[in-house]
Amino acid sequence: MPDPAIAADTKPWRKPDAVPFISVQGLIKRFDDFTAVSDVDLDIYKGELFCLLGESGCGKSTLLRMLAGFETPTEGRILIDGEDMARVPPDRRPTNMMFQSYALFPHMSVEKNVAYGLLREGLPKREAYARAGEMLKMVKLEKLARRKPDQLSGGQRQRVALARALVKRPKLLLLDEPLGALDKKLREETQFELIRIQESLGVTFIVVTHDQDEAMTLATRIGVMKDGIIKQIGEPAEIYERPNSRFVSDFIGTVNLFEGKVDAVAPDLMRIETAELGPVLLPPQPGLTRGQQVWGAVRPERFALSRRKPDSAHNVWRGVIEDLGYIGHMTQYRIRLENGRLIRASQSNRLRDEDPISWDEPVWISVQPAAFRVLTE
Amino acid sequence: MNAGKVITGSAPWRGTAWAMGKLGLSGRTLVIAIPMLWLLVFFLAPFFVLGRISLAEAIIARPPYTPLFERGPDGSLEIIASLENYRFLLTDALYRNAYLSSIRIAAVSTIFALLIGYPMAYFIARAPEPRRSLLLLLVILPFWTSFLLRVYAWMGFLRSNGVINNMLMGMGVIDQPLVMMQTDFAVYIGIVYTYLPFMILPLYANLTKLDGALLEAASDLGASPMVTFFTVTLPLSLPGIVAGSMLVFIPAIGEYVIPALLGGPDTLMIGRVLWDEFFGSRDWPVASAVAIVMLVLVVAPIMWLQSVQNRRGTE
Repeated sequence: MPDPAIAADTKPWRKPDAVPFISVQGLIKRFDDFTAVSDVDLDIYKGELFCLLGESGCGKSTLLRMLAGFETPTEGRILIDGEDMARVPPDRRPTNMMFQSYALFPHMSVEKNVAYGLLREGLPKREAYARAGEMLKMVKLEKLARRKPDQLSGGQRQRVALARALVKRPKLLLLDEPLGALDKKLREETQFELIRIQESLGVTFIVVTHDQDEAMTLATRIGVMKDGIIKQIGEPAEIYERPNSRFVSDFIGTVNLFEGKVDAVAPDLMRIETAELGPVLLPPQPGLTRGQQVWGAVRPERFALSRRKPDSAHNVWRGVIEDLGYIGHMTQYRIRLENGRLIRASQSNRLRDEDPISWDEPVWISVQPAAFRVLTE
Repeated sequence: MNAGKVITGSAPWRGTAWAMGKLGLSGRTLVIAIPMLWLLVFFLAPFFVLGRISLAEAIIARPPYTPLFERGPDGSLEIIASLENYRFLLTDALYRNAYLSSIRIAAVSTIFALLIGYPMAYFIARAPEPRRSLLLLLVILPFWTSFLLRVYAWMGFLRSNGVINNMLMGMGVIDQPLVMMQTDFAVYIGIVYTYLPFMILPLYANLTKLDGALLEAASDLGASPMVTFFTVTLPLSLPGIVAGSMLVFIPAIGEYVIPALLGGPDTLMIGRVLWDEFFGSRDWPVASAVAIVMLVLVVAPIMWLQSVQNRRGTE
């Protein structure tokens, strides 16, 4: 258990009286008859790296563009550092944006691209170029300062875009799919690079992404969006371990969902009756009534697989390995239960197994009640 | 892929390719040969005819210029060619003034066409799709009627008892009709009006390609809309500006119909001088020299611009 004082210091959202740095209140954006963002409330704290995660068309980019000032909210307020942004045009906002397409000025050199924002502030040329040079050093591009954007690789362009957006030391940096155009290897490296830069500058970041791995790696907190609504806000582990809906549990990682009706509730245990698996034991959840429809959600790695029947009398099923994928550090299984239901399980290969469970083998699978997450929507 | 294989593998094609190979021709040469031949017959050949006439002397005969070859008294073949006509162009102030005045009128018209055309092109390029096609259609629409008719229509507008004067007098703004016809002003109006689409279309083609994210990026970095325009939009639309200006400037220099119909007696343009030399004085050699010099005047800036753009492209 970490010291709560330290946790609250690095995780201000855990402190009830912390003042948010960016406050979005009742934000709605409608385009004609289409509601892109509907009634979003969001508090973001200073120094956070907040990820807005969702599929394309979920409204995350529209939300970002409203923060930058490119879209006017239909209703609601945006406060940045206590200041209402309603009447502030994009060129006067204390925000900068890194565009998905990078939007580098093709007729300007790398150096000029980065210095552009500083020159608009009225900084003298020498100072502007000196600061642009420092920023380029930070993203390790000082040798390419005189190149034009079309003479750079995708990864280099990405770093120019980042340098250009950061050089003005904005209060808030908005990043629209910052790593989307990079290949997988480069993306993973760049994720940590991005975190390093963000921590060393202390700028608050809001990152829009559709990539859940990226969000999990980067974020202090994640906001999962769907159909213009933020379904859940939480730290990566919270989102993964305690999703609040079937959508979130399925969107982040892989999940097995069991639909059932509450059958009996004890102080430390709850039983639901499912059509597919019969009775299933789950951790108790306050506020549930007998007969209510719920879903038990369980991650693949929480299952235990064995050839022998486990001792436990509950949450044990028999099945056949229908398919397996050996990835190296772990193995993924698709197990067909006797009643036809497919279960996705995975086991980490911590020890070298000389006689691994193989295709078409009958196995017993079991799961602890506490491994379940009970969902009502 | 397959379709290509079928064609190149077929017997007639192989035969043709074999025959062309024997002649040292490839398919590529053949394709290029067609426009080359066109240019040769319809541009280069007349150009040489003109050049040859410009070196002759005017005589009253048919054709009204001296032949290039003549038998000397001793029976030998003599070439009669002189640069006298070009010298004459340099010494006579009329031609120099006509050239300068043409360039000035064309340049001023180009600037006005740019100033009017740029905002129109920008507006069309930024318009939502269904409206954009309509606006573009409206720009091209005047081409569906005769150019001559449109110039005549302007005469109807600009005359002393024309539409504009009648309207202004009817409203009591003026009590004497403004003299607009047969002035340089009328020529400017005529040229700008006629060539405006040639300015708008290349600019439009350029501005539609402009990435809206660049404008947002500029604004995001603190540039006001005005600064964004001058630091991003304008420099990126330079190729469109150059193309449009060329398309207006070049035909405007040699324009004949507009100054003849709308201009006054003192509107000096090289197109009119050319006409007068050919059909008034029937001095074909001098007229040819005038035409050749005009061609050089027009081609020189284009070639210069081409080389500049090529250099920039390879940089």
